[in-house]
Amino acid sequence: MPKDSGIGAASKRREDVRFLTGAGNYTDDINIYGQAYVYFLRSDVAHGKINSIDTSAAAEMPGVVRIFTGADFEGVGGLPCGWQVTDRHGQPMQEPAHPVLAQGKVRHVGDPIAAVVADSLQEARDAAEAIELDIEELPAVVNMKAALQEGAPKVHDDLTSNLCYDWGFVEDNKAAVDEAIKNAAHVTTLELVNNRLVANPMEPRVAVGDYSRANDESTLYTTSQNPHVIRLLMGAFVLGIPEHKLRVVAPDVGGGFGTKIFHYAEEAFCTFAAKKCNRPVKWTASRSEAFMSDAHGRDHVTKIELALDADNNFTAIRTETYANMGAYLSTFAPSVPTWLHGTLMAGNYRTPLIYVNVKAVFTNTVPVDAYRGAGRPEATYQLERVVDKAARELGVDPIALRRQNFISEFPYATPVAVEYDTGNYFATMDKLEEVADLAGFEARRKASEASGKLRGLGVNCYIEACGIAPSNLVGQLGARAGLYDAATVRVNATGTISVMVGAHSHGQGHETAFPQVVADMLGIDESMIEIVHGDSSKIPFGMGTYGSRSLAVCGSAMVKATEKIIKKAKKIASHLLEASEADIEVKDGKFTVAGTDKSVAWGDVTLAAYVPHNYPLEDIEPGLEETAFYDPSNFTYPSGAYCCEVELDPDTGKVTIERFAAADDFGNVVNPMIVEGQVHGGIAQGIGQALLENCVYDDEGQLLSASYMDYAMPRADDVPFYVVDHSCQTPCTHNPLGVKGCGEAGAIGSPPAVVNAVIDAIQSGGKNVLHIDMPLSPQRVWAAMQD
Amino acid sequence: MAKVTMTVNGRKVSGEVPGNRLLVEFLREDQRLTGTHVGCDTSQCGACVVHVNGKAVKSCTMMASEADGADITTIEGMAEADGTMHPIQQAFQDNHGLQCGFCTPGMVMSAAALLKDNPNPTEADVRHYLEGNICRCTGYHNIVKAILAAAGQDVSKIAAE
Repeated sequence: MPKDSGIGAASKRREDVRFLTGAGNYTDDINIYGQAYVYFLRSDVAHGKINSIDTSAAAEMPGVVRIFTGADFEGVGGLPCGWQVTDRHGQPMQEPAHPVLAQGKVRHVGDPIAAVVADSLQEARDAAEAIELDIEELPAVVNMKAALQEGAPKVHDDLTSNLCYDWGFVEDNKAAVDEAIKNAAHVTTLELVNNRLVANPMEPRVAVGDYSRANDESTLYTTSQNPHVIRLLMGAFVLGIPEHKLRVVAPDVGGGFGTKIFHYAEEAFCTFAAKKCNRPVKWTASRSEAFMSDAHGRDHVTKIELALDADNNFTAIRTETYANMGAYLSTFAPSVPTWLHGTLMAGNYRTPLIYVNVKAVFTNTVPVDAYRGAGRPEATYQLERVVDKAARELGVDPIALRRQNFISEFPYATPVAVEYDTGNYFATMDKLEEVADLAGFEARRKASEASGKLRGLGVNCYIEACGIAPSNLVGQLGARAGLYDAATVRVNATGTISVMVGAHSHGQGHETAFPQVVADMLGIDESMIEIVHGDSSKIPFGMGTYGSRSLAVCGSAMVKATEKIIKKAKKIASHLLEASEADIEVKDGKFTVAGTDKSVAWGDVTLAAYVPHNYPLEDIEPGLEETAFYDPSNFTYPSGAYCCEVELDPDTGKVTIERFAAADDFGNVVNPMIVEGQVHGGIAQGIGQALLENCVYDDEGQLLSASYMDYAMPRADDVPFYVVDHSCQTPCTHNPLGVKGCGEAGAIGSPPAVVNAVIDAIQSGGKNVLHIDMPLSPQRVWAAMQD
Repeated sequence: MAKVTMTVNGRKVSGEVPGNRLLVEFLREDQRLTGTHVGCDTSQCGACVVHVNGKAVKSCTMMASEADGADITTIEGMAEADGTMHPIQQAFQDNHGLQCGFCTPGMVMSAAALLKDNPNPTEADVRHYLEGNICRCTGYHNIVKAILAAAGQDVSKIAAE
């Protein structure tokens, strides 16, 4: 029987009511009395030397408060990078400066040059047009391999080249991997592109800076997935504002998908300018501005080789990847192609030897950083594509080849430094075959062929690493932050509870799911518990939401804090019941003396904590509020198997997704409705990457896909209903809830399924096409079929 | 500047607007009805859909002055006065048809216009009708399901193999 409350219940989302009635409070809905507006004058060339900026005429325009340029940020910190990667020779990566407003040079289309603060946005925009810019255009580098050529124009003149780092993992394995590939019975090689994407949360980024002269306090309202991280980065590294004088608020946030993790120039600018102008300063991105200023995602060019022995066992994997960093290092950019990518290259398979080489490259494009999955989709895509290609080359069933090489015993230490705690890849594959109705495929293929279409089936597996941790390990790997999280459980006198969490909800439904956990632990109604998030002045600390970490990391902190609450409440109850603390049980909102009918209600205990007339004051303090920080001991490892069925019109190359099924193992599930919704959304983004989305620059570095007229977002009629199953559950062994995380799985697992299916469809039509790069547009598919 | 008067969610409102004031700006900035959202600048995303004289309109593509004298309904006008949500709003909650909530007002307003014209749509009808509304969170699955449910259809078997 499905539960109707607590852990495992499909509780309806309480936040929906405000979103559905127009009562949400997004950053752009915030207007502060007396606020001014900022318009950023951005570079329209990819690479150029700033000879002069003349703002004198613009400054005289109506409504202008003040115009800022890079010169106003001399002596102010630049935007910091939060992760330092060490290259294969033991040297730190090349790390360029990233000024808030361009200084000396512009390095990508959209790089902010000047900022006009005015009484109205219209006046700011008009004045920006009156700024006289003298920019000498320089040759741009867009293509990564060209950027590494001797004599290529340098994005940063003070660096030795456009190479950020050349990373080898595990460097000590390299010789053995080379040897294994040389001696293999079969080697399948695949060169592919993981296309550049734009995350495109529907809410564009917004920042409102405010400053109070009364207490010298700055407040930033911003569209962020992690307000405390922004406070840390902006306060400590950019503006030099101590934490107690800087409040960062991320209210309702309209989707993030990674791109709202990072600290952006506009946030620092609005905070800085509000103090300088002594007025609130607001910025709202237009969508085209978002395309040229939000960090992009993916953009890897990879060669992967898979070696097999004569019995089709995987013996080695070697990869070489070029990873685009864009013009500057965004907050976590260096970690994405390395520690979030190389460590996942074993996938679901027992491959004893793996070597991953990644060259991170600066180009005159928007910075690239984490986008839903961040490194893990890139790892999964190349691995699951090369396995499929190997099956085709060897003439074996692709599912059988996968099954033959599955990891079957846990814990399993991969040759790429991580240890999977649990999983059951056979179970998810079995479940997939069932829910996707693979047995019925041939009949469906015949039906498609009868109507002149080709039908293809693509299957793949994925493994993910969520809840990136522990802090002492990531510190060794170059992270400049800890990756724990925190929660405070504040029990009020009447028994209601506010839980202040460091995780941030921007679509994930924390306000509903988190109370389910606390309610279960205390045996009280979910409606008595409220989640508070997104405001550095209300919650103790937190590292925010990304990498499917919220429940696994912050949820664990919440469990630990609730355990402390129970421990103290039991002491109070034992006093009230005149019983031994060890005999007190918590159940159904009551504290009962075990084996008796003596009990005291939750509300009586909480009241006693705040009205301590009859209270063990000699043993414990009044009040009932506890905080816990939780630093996990390992990643969590969700896994699964995905299946896509496509129909292909051979006359046009148009691909239609006919069926899509996912069988995931997320460990324990708190709210299955929310989990399924997360998978649905991830699948649609993966289908978008595979068939539709592409961020395109021309050779001069002009961004050609800067609006929804040029960047193909998936629409309702591009996707089918999905079949999603999460009944295979191998709970995580090292966090108290046994949860693994579900936010990115869909986006990781779906692109290879789609591409495998399209290749299968083409092959069924007798054309020996082995690979097409994403997005598989009708033009690309049709062209491949003509060769 | 021109004086405009219109009925918004049953209430008569007026204001002085410059000629380039968009309806969505009039609603969000002047009327403080911030439930209507702006998600793009090319009239593609549909977060700003409202009803103008009963028809779904992207309020980012209409001047406030063009709406002079019109009867406007925004997302704030969909629920009953006592807070009871409109059946479409309720269906979105029941079927988890929203995540971050940003596209949601436009989705609900478009769905209401669809069901007014076509009270018993097929899945394909719904998907086609939503071509002007982009959602990045839900993969559309539960949005389509919610709209079919709001039309009174049995959605319990959708994608349940």
